[in-house]
Amino acid sequence: MSTLPPTHSGHRALDLEEPLIFELGRPGARGIDLPEGPEVTPRLGGLERQRPIGLPDLSEPQVVRHYTRLSQKNYGIDSGLFPLGSCTMKHNPRLNERLARLPGLADLHPFQPQGTVQGALALIHTLAGWLTELTGMPAVAMTPAAGAHGELCGLMAIRACLEARGDARQVVLVPESAHGTNPATAALCGYQVESIPGTADGRVDVDALKRMLGPDVAALMITNPNTLGLFERDIIDISQAVHAAGGLVYMDGANLNALIGRVRVGDLGVDAMHINLHKTFSTPHGGGGPGAGPVVLSDTLAPFAPLPYVVKDGEAWRLIEHRHEADGHPFGRMKGYHGQFGVFVRALAYMMSLGADGLAQASGDAVLAANYLLARLKDHLSAPFPGPVMHEALFDDSFLKGTGASTLDFAKGLIDEGYHPMTMYFPLVVHGALLVEPTETESKASLDAFAESCIALADRARNDPESLKQAPLMAPRRRLDETRAARQPVLRWTPPAGD
Amino acid sequence: MRYLPLTEADRAAMLDTIGAGSLDDLFVDVPEAARRPPAFNLPDHQGELAVERTFAAFARANRAAGDGPCFLGGGAYRHHVPASLDYLIQRGEFLTAYTPYQPEIAQGTLQVLFEFQTQVALLTGLEVANASMYDGATACAEACAMACRVTRRKRVLLSGGLHPQWAEVVRTFLAHADVTVEDLPPDPLDMEDLIGRIGADLACVVVQNPDVFGHLKDLSPLASACREDGVLLVAAVAEPLSLGLITPPGEMGADIVVAEGQSLAGPLSFGGPGVGLFAARQKFLRNMPGRLCGETVDADGRRGFVLTLSTREQHIRREKATSNICTNSGLIALAFSIHMSLLGESGLTELARLNHALAVETARRLEKLPGVKLLPGAFFNEFALKLPCDAEPVVEALAEKGILAGIPGRRLWPTYDELHDVLLIAVTETTTEADRDALVEGLAAALGEHNGGAGQ
Amino acid sequence: MTMSELRYTEDHEWIRVEGDTATVGISAYAQEQMGDVVFVELPEPGRALAQGDEAAVVESVKAASEVYSPLTGEVSEANPALEETPGLVNEDPTGEGWLFKLKMAEPAEAEGLMDAEAYQTFLAGL
Repeated sequence: MSTLPPTHSGHRALDLEEPLIFELGRPGARGIDLPEGPEVTPRLGGLERQRPIGLPDLSEPQVVRHYTRLSQKNYGIDSGLFPLGSCTMKHNPRLNERLARLPGLADLHPFQPQGTVQGALALIHTLAGWLTELTGMPAVAMTPAAGAHGELCGLMAIRACLEARGDARQVVLVPESAHGTNPATAALCGYQVESIPGTADGRVDVDALKRMLGPDVAALMITNPNTLGLFERDIIDISQAVHAAGGLVYMDGANLNALIGRVRVGDLGVDAMHINLHKTFSTPHGGGGPGAGPVVLSDTLAPFAPLPYVVKDGEAWRLIEHRHEADGHPFGRMKGYHGQFGVFVRALAYMMSLGADGLAQASGDAVLAANYLLARLKDHLSAPFPGPVMHEALFDDSFLKGTGASTLDFAKGLIDEGYHPMTMYFPLVVHGALLVEPTETESKASLDAFAESCIALADRARNDPESLKQAPLMAPRRRLDETRAARQPVLRWTPPAGD
Repeated sequence: MRYLPLTEADRAAMLDTIGAGSLDDLFVDVPEAARRPPAFNLPDHQGELAVERTFAAFARANRAAGDGPCFLGGGAYRHHVPASLDYLIQRGEFLTAYTPYQPEIAQGTLQVLFEFQTQVALLTGLEVANASMYDGATACAEACAMACRVTRRKRVLLSGGLHPQWAEVVRTFLAHADVTVEDLPPDPLDMEDLIGRIGADLACVVVQNPDVFGHLKDLSPLASACREDGVLLVAAVAEPLSLGLITPPGEMGADIVVAEGQSLAGPLSFGGPGVGLFAARQKFLRNMPGRLCGETVDADGRRGFVLTLSTREQHIRREKATSNICTNSGLIALAFSIHMSLLGESGLTELARLNHALAVETARRLEKLPGVKLLPGAFFNEFALKLPCDAEPVVEALAEKGILAGIPGRRLWPTYDELHDVLLIAVTETTTEADRDALVEGLAAALGEHNGGAGQ
Repeated sequence: MTMSELRYTEDHEWIRVEGDTATVGISAYAQEQMGDVVFVELPEPGRALAQGDEAAVVESVKAASEVYSPLTGEVSEANPALEETPGLVNEDPTGEGWLFKLKMAEPAEAEGLMDAEAYQTFLAGL
């Protein structure tokens, strides 16, 4: 329990309480000054709004202070180590932000005549070239907006390809350790999902997989490195078996940060893989997006890539937006316009900053950092699989057995220690999972400090588990009542009665 | 390298702790054949200055919309982005945060999402909204899928006034969902026709308002027809600023409203990223896609916010999830929300009125040009002209003179010859009087040349 | 009419037979595994269910579990109290927290389910 005295204001120094924006407004205040428009007779067809919207009016300083105070209740990668497994929370360079704001890149309308956006089309093509070169894949569909959207794009290309062969396969195989988006995506694409068991050493059970292959299997969706942070050693054998059975291989590229610049997925026999530009290539997560999920494609799948895409036409770049202009058989369109261009700018700026040598160094350092934390923590926490791991290290909760503290308590204890917790309770294949992905942008001192906090917390779990159950005590909020939130959902502000 | 803090000495010490001889030892699980590929045909690392030069060259090869008159719309609108907005979204605590999985240290993002959901509900005239989708087009596709879940019906009708790219995204998204998507040909006057097509086998009908021709529609008669047959009315909004001035779709009877929020969130950015807004009636809450933020209390009884109702989502329901969406568009939702806060009730209304007035004035001048007709109908800040010739060469000719005159019909509907003489023109507060003069004079001159060329 | 003893399935549903109607719920063990129940999706009356069909979904904050119909029959009633108070499933799983009632089509199926003793033995083996 906190022993600090209460304050009159409710604030605690820099920890400032902030009302909802709706509780701050004052009629008559203004945050934006606008010129007068011309006097005209409206042409709104009698559809003018009859009732006020209900938005509060505020001045600019009030708005700036509101959001500044709210921002101070957030933990970001700028704040400290953010070891959220499977999420690749690496440093987000500010050069990326500066370049994305150049008027010649930010202030482009998607329907400008193509002759006026040759630089933008060249940029998209350049990024596509980096992605295909680094992955050893011949083609890339640039437009998916995020990882799950890329999965959908890849599976749709697979489905279109199989249908073009007159092959109506119905099943997609997904390892039991897969992220939930994989089965959700396969279902969206109209496939039945079958789960492949794992082996005792944390990999796909290749014998079981081979037994499941057959004329009804359209594709295998495999995450590699997998969600346990381990490389699927048999990937080449697996790809060959899937291909021999007439199916195709989709690789979930969420964990590409372990491989980039060192291993080309094209050499692994993969047919499609999405690349989370907001993970591997440092574009900011922004509290939940926007991302971008381009999908690299094999020669087999390339003709089925969705619209639009960029081609070189003589000396000029041309955007193919419509089916009748396309050479192949595009399966459709993933989103409006031409993809997440603003994210492309940031990702390419990062790639050019690091270059081929830097990207290989980055993935090497990411793997080194994960293995270092595994080595430092394995005798204090419990690691269900021995190393070496790739970019993330998995622990289970057997080190907490008998202490009365849980994975959740441990994670909440890390908050008071000044860290964002690791991914908890995922993957589901181990009990009480703690998945730690430090990334390459932490110094050794930062990794050491984090490891020492984890060791101290493991000791505390053994010696004083009750105190951990109270954690966090020092964050802007203590544990929140999620049951109440779900039983009586309050999803918006409503004016107090009588207003 | 500036993004990599480990030194050679650190790496050696760390390998020593691990008990590995070299970095390569950590990659032993990668098959030999796939390890250490041949050198990439890519440059090595570069300093900031060199990278800036490269990007400056990309930027120079474009004509920025703000470099001269710009009247492009078609679902992406150029509005002024307040300086404080762009500053606030670059605060590292917002920019570099993840999806708020640990609510105790993510109250900033969560409160913003709660406020965003409230703003979207208020604007659309519906009861609940989610924490955002990728963009308007994907939100529209998710709305159709949701309507099929709610009604347990398998047919979706898309009006001819729906943006053709949004329609294409819906078709793609539902291609394997055992749903029939019927999309009507582009038509600026489709409401009567739509009402006649409502039937009890339909899950939903999707109507854009203002539609892709810029026209405003009273959705109420269609909403009544839908209600009678248990069909959900999905209203799509590509220019949310219009909601500052016109009756929101929720008040006209829409059950789900989806919108593209870019116009009020940030720069055009060549069409992405945007932010999908998604609102619905309360009774459909458990069928909504995407993340939801809810109010609750913490262990000390203080108000706080959490992501809630997550059992709808892919990480729990896997193949039974309402959607596969994971990352959405949080930062752009923040930008949208900040803009709503800066504008407020009075600012949003005035900005909407200003856009409408400028559009009406510009339309009035353009419809007087010889051979030019304004397609009849009410409109907000975008309208459609019918030219005496194919609009595309006219647009190209004006672009040569530095004027981005609008969107030619051919760009949106390449296979509908009868719409190739249509020119869509959007007029926002970012156009100056000189810009509008340049458009009127430029179009007059271009059409004069065309007429001259035709031997008149 | 006498109420029968509870009988259980291996998926942790229970039934209580009264005449030709069976009341269905989830066991005390199941609710404890779930944690706080926040929402229950129930079948609409009139729906025909075969033994083993998915009949309902019980949701906690972090999980959603399907409830399978222990018997073949037609749904005659869904527990209206759960809409407002899903926590009844935690507080009184075999009483006020019942989920739905079935008009049995194959009453003999009930004989194949475990009695309380057999269920306790089954739980001990998990």
